Amino acid sequence: MKPVAFDYARPRGIAQVLELLDANPAAKILAGGQTLGPMLNLRLVQPELLIDITRIAELVEVNENDDIYAIGACVTHAAIEDGRVRDPANGFLRRVASGIAYRAVRTRGTIGGSLSHADPAADWLSALLVLGGELEIAHAGGMRRAALHGFVKGAMETDLGAVELVTAIHVPRGSRVARHGFHKICRKTGEFAEAIGAVTTDTDTGFFRMVAAGGSEQPVLFDDPKPLFKNGDPLDAGSFDMDMAMDALREAGMEPDEYELRIRAVAMSRALQEAMSP
Amino acid sequence: MKKQGVGARLIRKEDDRYMRGRGEFVGDIRLAGMQDAAFVRSPLAHARIKSIKVPDDLAGCVFTAADLDEVKPITAVTALPGFKPSDQPVLARGKVRHVGELVAICIAPDRAEAEDMAARVEIDFDALPAVHDMLMAREKDSALVHDHWGDNIFLETLVDDDMKAAAGEAAVKVTRAFSTARQCMSPIEGRGAIAHWDGRLEQLTVHSSTQMPHIVRSGLSECLGIDHGAIRVIAPDVGGGFGYKGILLPEEVCLAWAAMHLGHLVRWLEDRRENLTASANCREHHYVVTAYADKEGKLLGIDAEATVDSGAYSAYPFSACLEAAQVASILPGVYDFPHYRCHTFSAATNKAPILPYRGVARTGVCFAMELMIDAVARELDMEPTDVRMKNLVRPEQMPFDNITNKHFDSGDYPEALRRTVEAIDLTAVRQRQKKGESDGRVIGVGFAMYCEQAAHGTSVYAGWGIPMVPGHEQANARLTPDGGLEIRIGAHSHGQGLETTLSQVANEVLGIAHDKIKVVHGDTAFTPYSTGTWGSRCMVMSGGAVAEACDQLAERARGIAAKMLQCKPTDITLKDNRAIGPSGELTIEEIAYIWYRRPQDLPPDVNPSGLEVTAGYKPERDSGTFSYAAHAALLAVDTLTGEVEILDYVIVEDGGVLVNPMIVDGQIFGGAAQGVGTALYEEMRFDADAQPLASTLSDYLLPGPAEIPSIRVFHMETPSPYTRFGVKGIGEGGAIAPPAAITNAINDALKPMGAELTMSPVTPRRIVEAIVAARSEKETAA
Ligand SMILES: Cc1cc2nc3c(=O)[nH]c(=O)nc-3n(C[C@H](O)[C@H](O)[C@H](O)COP(=O)(O)OP(=O)(O)OC[C@H]3O[C@@H](n4cnc5c(N)ncnc54)[C@H](O)[C@@H]3O)c2cc1C
Repeated sequence: MKPVAFDYARPRGIAQVLELLDANPAAKILAGGQTLGPMLNLRLVQPELLIDITRIAELVEVNENDDIYAIGACVTHAAIEDGRVRDPANGFLRRVASGIAYRAVRTRGTIGGSLSHADPAADWLSALLVLGGELEIAHAGGMRRAALHGFVKGAMETDLGAVELVTAIHVPRGSRVARHGFHKICRKTGEFAEAIGAVTTDTDTGFFRMVAAGGSEQPVLFDDPKPLFKNGDPLDAGSFDMDMAMDALREAGMEPDEYELRIRAVAMSRALQEAMSP
Repeated sequence: MKKQGVGARLIRKEDDRYMRGRGEFVGDIRLAGMQDAAFVRSPLAHARIKSIKVPDDLAGCVFTAADLDEVKPITAVTALPGFKPSDQPVLARGKVRHVGELVAICIAPDRAEAEDMAARVEIDFDALPAVHDMLMAREKDSALVHDHWGDNIFLETLVDDDMKAAAGEAAVKVTRAFSTARQCMSPIEGRGAIAHWDGRLEQLTVHSSTQMPHIVRSGLSECLGIDHGAIRVIAPDVGGGFGYKGILLPEEVCLAWAAMHLGHLVRWLEDRRENLTASANCREHHYVVTAYADKEGKLLGIDAEATVDSGAYSAYPFSACLEAAQVASILPGVYDFPHYRCHTFSAATNKAPILPYRGVARTGVCFAMELMIDAVARELDMEPTDVRMKNLVRPEQMPFDNITNKHFDSGDYPEALRRTVEAIDLTAVRQRQKKGESDGRVIGVGFAMYCEQAAHGTSVYAGWGIPMVPGHEQANARLTPDGGLEIRIGAHSHGQGLETTLSQVANEVLGIAHDKIKVVHGDTAFTPYSTGTWGSRCMVMSGGAVAEACDQLAERARGIAAKMLQCKPTDITLKDNRAIGPSGELTIEEIAYIWYRRPQDLPPDVNPSGLEVTAGYKPERDSGTFSYAAHAALLAVDTLTGEVEILDYVIVEDGGVLVNPMIVDGQIFGGAAQGVGTALYEEMRFDADAQPLASTLSDYLLPGPAEIPSIRVFHMETPSPYTRFGVKGIGEGGAIAPPAAITNAINDALKPMGAELTMSPVTPRRIVEAIVAARSEKETAA
């Protein structure tokens, strides 16, 4: 399990990354390497060039003003877990970060790498979907913004172009009363999720969203979760209905077997309890 | 001097280098001119090889079966009647029989380049239907793994102790089918070897990550057709064995061949994908068991059919039948009942050969028997521990010859169970269950017991007749000129702590301080022949041999001291590094100094044999020591997700006299952790084409630190009547009972729902599915 021979570049700026990508169709961006490393070793990817982006200063910064809160793509899970970057979602991001993999993986793995790779079972994907996150993407012509929701096309499939780089993740600021819940079901500590339920509710803005994820299927986002509740009121956590949730997941296109569907519904219900508990 | 002999809780000597990262494993060894090998492995489980195309520019770097014409296949036969031998070619010839089977060896300056070469070798296969399931393998119309056999059965055995009689007398009859998943042994260090042909010595040197260097030497000699004397096998530090490193691998033979033909060193380091998909298979059993009992829960008989998925080949030296042959003889476990039948099948399938793994066969057997006890209890509405109590072999029966003629040497099984019940506080658990849990989970408690035959020798293995039958175990003890002691053993220590415990034994006999004793092992050039480290045998066998050698050495040292002190040797006592006589004393150092460096001071009639002894040992009876234990698990089950949390875990074990109780605790913790893996996580699944479905540790789940409960271990110490110091083998035990105890606890928790699990690992999915199935069964019944 050794990778094929490849070249290595460590540019200092975003423009150079784009140039290198443009010049080498068989180039791959390397961030924390926690996904790419194993893929290289298993020879699932056989690039001619690796472009290491972790030394680009802008990518490890947090850009914050009255309107935006943007986490650089190369900020690590550990930096978020440790609170080295501010958490605009009342501690939600820190908690999600702390549940990803093991600490060793978190010290290298990056939020941008995770979202670019778009593993449907990845924690960041569900967490930022429920918050309504957006990506900032650099391309030859400049920058574009893309809502995460439309950006992910399928399992490990995104609309990222060949000569594009995710530079930052924009996290909407919730109000002070925003509440969040995140429940991950996995076989053992440090594993990818078998099921994820995520909930965010903001009574100030009327924002209420739920996400269910798991397996190799794309996460499902409910921006109007009423159909999951017996009495149609998401704020009444007790009326969350497992069977209705499972039906809704099926309707949204999830087609796993009975067990997988069930634990996704359970994950949503527990995320909800967490968000609503005082 | 603080006590350093038998019974002392000494810190392990070897840990100093292990914990500081100063151990030297095969992968750490750098030798000049060494090149790396990568193997082309079969992507198919069963296929005919039509052709193999090696690109022209790779000639001289890539070799196939055609190049290894003179190398004999690996053949591990048994003397059991009806056994069908298999030839395991070191590189596939004509046909491949499991995914990962070696087809070609590629050699390059480094592993990455060797893998580049491997990717360019083209094999044209004719796929054949794969035998992916052991029960289907037994059917008449199954595809054949070995065409000339006519069926897929390595071996079929039957014992029947008047089973029919049990049925008539029984008040209840309970039948269950059990199965245990195929697992992959996962030592932190995989296999690995470096082969080197030394032209000057005309000697092949193989550094191998093995538990049994002398057996590897025999295997290499047989396959390569060269003398034992022309082969030296060195096992350096070995990062966990568990049985996987007790096997001669085709890779080792290929490397040796390559080193002999290429004139440079060749290395291969197994990677995790090779380990999981191509090699380290173990544990897959299937049982159908019927228990007959009276209405008080007394067992009248056990009727079992057991199948073991032996995989494609009979592995060297343990063979394809060790598991099933043992199943038949150990299924009765710790119980005494009058009637027994066991019909076993060792089925060949298109999977990697089954290999012995810590607890060999016992983990599966314990699972079947202990779940059966709980099933009987359920049927009779009794407390499972009461059913156990009714049937355990009693202390007054010891030593006890059980229904399969196993000779249980000593112990008090009911007491171990009583202490376990008390430690887990069964009464409190039952009350807590009545109250229910505030978090909505359900809790359950489960028990399991086993006894473990260890250090069994000639009388047992001669019957099986595998390539390796242990006889007397030898050890060499040598005083050095400065009064230190060197101990040489042919077994190997890789986590068992033998460098420490054997020096404790030597200290017990000779009184030499622990830090002046060095245990040398792992090199056929320096150590006496031994079948190696397996079967929890080393403390009994190597320990006994070390004691014997030290006895004889003591005799010699006393002889010299007596001459110098002008007294009788019998007047001399050896203690605290000194030889003490009636009117004076010498230090051991002085005795050694005189012998080696001032022979002019010795009288002419001194015993000329010197201060080096090789001595042999066998216990008074070599049918094995029987350590035993009772395990209890208390756990909580989330019935919605199937998640299990172990809340408490108790082990009461009796390993006879413990040479170092701290090391024993460590062995038990490690074994139990592996048992938790078997119980809840580890499973190598195969599809209908016999493709293994996990190739990394993210698919093949091992428990990590967070998944292992803190285990409470309690000791009983009933000495073995047959061994030196009364020691018993304990190395494997921890891994035997957890799957049964944990599954029984899960079934206890799910009892009110009518759900019962009979397959390991008990995954969350299996739990939820069992609950759902029980519910819908109830609904249809209603
Ligand atoms: C043992 C283990 C357990 C894990 N468990 C979890 C888990 O429980 N939950 C979880 O969510 N994740 C888990 N992961 C994945 C981990 O979070 C990774 O860090 C993450 O998925 C990828 O981030 P990275 O920075 O390492 O990216 P890399 O591995 O460097 O790259 C991943 C992919 O994204 C591309 N890429 C990276 N950065 C960018 C960018 N800025 N723009 C465009 N493309 C880019 C790369 O080219 C590559 O294709 C686990 C990983 C391991 C090894």
